Amino acid sequence: MSDGLIFFLIQVLNGIQYGLLLFLVASGLTLVFGIIGIINLAHGSFYMVGAYIAFSLVRATGTLWLAILIGLPLTMILGVALELAFFRPLYRRDHLYQVLLTYGLILVLEETRSILFGDDVHGVQVPALFDFSIPLSGGLTYPVYRFVISAICLLVALGMYFVIQRTRLGMAIRAGASDREMLQSLGIDAGLLFRFVLAAGLTLAAFAGMIAAPVASVFPGMGNQILIISFVVVVIGGIGSIKGAFIASLLIGLVDTFGQIWAPQIAGMTVYVLMAAILLWRPAGLFGKRA
Amino acid sequence: MKTASVRSHDRRRVLKGLAAGVGAAAITTVLPTRFSIGQAAKLKLGLMLPYSGTYAALGKNIDDALRLAINEKGGKLGGRDVEYVTLDDESDPAKSADNANRLVTRDKVDFLIGTVSSGVQLGINKVATDNDVMLVIPNAGVTVATRDLCAPNVFRTSFSNWQPAYAMGVVAAKQGKKRALAISWDYAAGRESNAAFTEGFVNGGGKTEGELYLPFPQVEFQPLLTQIAAAKPEVVYAFFAGGGAVKFVKDYAAAGLRANIPLVGPGFLTDGTLEAQGEAAEGLETTLHYADGLGNPRDDAFRAAFKKATNRDADVYAVQGYDTGLLLLSGLEAVKGDMKARKELIAAMEKTEIDSPRGKFSLSKSHNPIQDIYLRRVKGLENRFVSVAVKALADPGTGCKMA
Amino acid sequence: MNQRIARASFLVALILLALIPLIGDKYELQLLSKIMLMAIFAMSLDLLVGFTGLVSLGHAAFFGLGGYLLWFLSPQYAATNLWLSLVEVVAIAAVTALLIGSLVLRSSGVYFIMVTLAFAQMFFYYTTGAKWLGGSDGAYIYVRPSAAIFDWVPFNLANYVQFYYVALVLMIGVFLLLRMILRSLFGRAIQGVKSNENRLRSLGFPTFRYKLASFVIAGTVASLAGYFSAAQFGFVNPELFGWKLSGEVLMMVILGGMGTLYGPILGAFVLVLVETELAGMTKHWLLPMGLFVILAVLFLPRGIAGMRLRLSFGRSAREADA
Repeated sequence: MSDGLIFFLIQVLNGIQYGLLLFLVASGLTLVFGIIGIINLAHGSFYMVGAYIAFSLVRATGTLWLAILIGLPLTMILGVALELAFFRPLYRRDHLYQVLLTYGLILVLEETRSILFGDDVHGVQVPALFDFSIPLSGGLTYPVYRFVISAICLLVALGMYFVIQRTRLGMAIRAGASDREMLQSLGIDAGLLFRFVLAAGLTLAAFAGMIAAPVASVFPGMGNQILIISFVVVVIGGIGSIKGAFIASLLIGLVDTFGQIWAPQIAGMTVYVLMAAILLWRPAGLFGKRA
Repeated sequence: MKTASVRSHDRRRVLKGLAAGVGAAAITTVLPTRFSIGQAAKLKLGLMLPYSGTYAALGKNIDDALRLAINEKGGKLGGRDVEYVTLDDESDPAKSADNANRLVTRDKVDFLIGTVSSGVQLGINKVATDNDVMLVIPNAGVTVATRDLCAPNVFRTSFSNWQPAYAMGVVAAKQGKKRALAISWDYAAGRESNAAFTEGFVNGGGKTEGELYLPFPQVEFQPLLTQIAAAKPEVVYAFFAGGGAVKFVKDYAAAGLRANIPLVGPGFLTDGTLEAQGEAAEGLETTLHYADGLGNPRDDAFRAAFKKATNRDADVYAVQGYDTGLLLLSGLEAVKGDMKARKELIAAMEKTEIDSPRGKFSLSKSHNPIQDIYLRRVKGLENRFVSVAVKALADPGTGCKMA
Repeated sequence: MNQRIARASFLVALILLALIPLIGDKYELQLLSKIMLMAIFAMSLDLLVGFTGLVSLGHAAFFGLGGYLLWFLSPQYAATNLWLSLVEVVAIAAVTALLIGSLVLRSSGVYFIMVTLAFAQMFFYYTTGAKWLGGSDGAYIYVRPSAAIFDWVPFNLANYVQFYYVALVLMIGVFLLLRMILRSLFGRAIQGVKSNENRLRSLGFPTFRYKLASFVIAGTVASLAGYFSAAQFGFVNPELFGWKLSGEVLMMVILGGMGTLYGPILGAFVLVLVETELAGMTKHWLLPMGLFVILAVLFLPRGIAGMRLRLSFGRSAREADA
């Protein structure tokens, strides 16, 4: 294989693994938005919460896996608490009030993080088991841990597909996405379902933050960047569509990657141009339902 | 009729309430300054720094070190007591002029000190120059501040983005490297830094393979790292700071590039980030006007004092804050605290040789430090001094009317 | 009846504002000027959000456009003519809004929100990367626009008191203009779009054209606000296109009470004043700021303006039954 082709394939790999991580974060957002109908701006902050929890628990326990094991239930509890306190009153309100309230939540979470953890940049050690790289070509090696992250994201994607398409819970979720009143008539407690979906969505974001922490590093403001991109993913894929989010994430990962190397002058814009273009072609996203 | 009187009662109440509301809102902006009696003797320092967000740690160090310098000399400037007014710049360029204006017109500060981030800096400079207020820049390296936009009232005690970058280029060429690639974020500071490195490198006989940029503040470096591997330069110069610096250094190592292609950069690549970068940064060479283990007694004394006062280790930002304090002390001492003697104050500040922990330095005609740039190498959690990369390097000050 | 209360209290507030320069100092006047320009920006967004039902998260695109147009039209060390440049800004902004609007209005709901954000981001990234515009550091406007008409100079923008009055007159003018538009047939049509677009369409109204017109008006007014904002301190930078600014002005509209025109004015005053006071108090001021926003959302279901309406309406309604 020629050098050029090898590097091209490596770039494709780069795009895919970036896209898969995006999917992990964005899937929670599209779930929450599609099922419960809430625009949660604080979603990126939960990515940050996950990263900081991983950082502190790894410091305390020494391994990432233990940190994740303890951290996940913690975030679920936090998610449920937030739902009861803040999100409940929002279900019936206009989208805009959700936007405003969750924006306030971002500020609160950021400052709490600043008070509890300070403002320094932190690193999390890659789990020793995966802390090596495999040579690809031309002096370039690929850290195995990135493959692990991608594998985990794929597993989560498959798991979500399975749950949503093949289980009773999934059926309820799909029903909730299309018709809320139907839920009541099916005898399903909508409140409980929403609480679960919201907690699950937030936990997915936190989980992404936890497993990505070793490669992403932990720093103030890390939630904001991923928030906007997550929204772009959700919108391109179509709100409420996990399949859409998956395809959109990969698309964005590839476009962003190749945009950086082929069109560096407009690299920052490429994702937005892509989104605008798709929305002009399909005003409800790739797999979204026409309002 | 009952209902009618109730209605008009309501109306009056609401009317009163709203008028009171707006009145109160407006008056709260009026009140504070009305009652500040006895403004007489205190010298006001307005510190506009990032107290929240990504650069908060830097802002805090600058603030603490500045106060340390002044307190070491009795807490007075030119015989006058000092009052500190702080304002969080939120690293927000859009609010920079508003925030600076607040310190200048509301708090009526004598000196404006700020800031860390270059994007915010120019808004501050505009307000300072428009209102003819003295400004000392304790960090932001935006080159135009001491070039095209230089002004008699603007001083800088840190560096210009050109200085450490140019020095690194000189060093890399001296080390015998022939082909270099520079990478940074696509914003003003990144472009300035890359260009300066390339200038130093080419002047030293090297050839540049070009410059790579990614949008600010993205941190997904994989695509460009792959490009670097494909280009196979002999050395890579990278300018990133904070979270981006941590990630880049780690990604660079993980991509196996460290083994074959040395990575260099200005000190920001490894300052305040070593704990997070861990092994990936070991042995990295960077250039900066400060280093660990300089071995001069002034530095040792400063570091001990800073540690004692704040329980944190000093870094380049603390040194810059400290030197700002020294500059103020020197200038105000010369005019005995009389802010009205503006010309004399500026002249005194221009002539000051600052006895800094980084080594003695003076200011160029464009009010930027003329200083030694050191070559450092990462060892453990320190950027240890190796040698002097370039001695007494001054920013060219192109376009400055004073130079 | 609520209209009369609102109008009366509004007049009182305006009189107060007009008198403040007698007791206020430079900082206060400059702060209030800034707030009034933001109020104009917020009112223009309210036209879109509160009245036409189009939520834009990219409105800063026009605000920034106005600012950068001032920079573009200003020679480096001389003043541009205020009146001429305003005509140009209005024209360019309107055309830009027309172009962008005709593209983005094909989406609706959240998709519309996101595609407006996308365009604002494109402006942002373009200006950040463009050296000729000053890039990420921004650019200076050294001399304020001159208001000269041949030899007569009615006012000087560099004088902060006169600038204050210009901002005040502008705010009142925009308010009256928008109110007049909203009371016209056109205005009722766009409000009809908000409540039930399908029904309106079935009645034969070309709703797309109405939405586009509303978008163009909103964008043009926002550009005016941006133009004068840039003139206040003479500094522009890419953050003027940023999503944070778009979010902030949206907050002003929602917090103040959307769909009321004076709500956004209230929102602008409250938000900026609260922020200014808090920022001076503690390093972690964003925490009480966030809490304030959350509490406001939970306890003021229709914003500040809505709160007032409920107060008087509720009581008199109850009393009427008695």
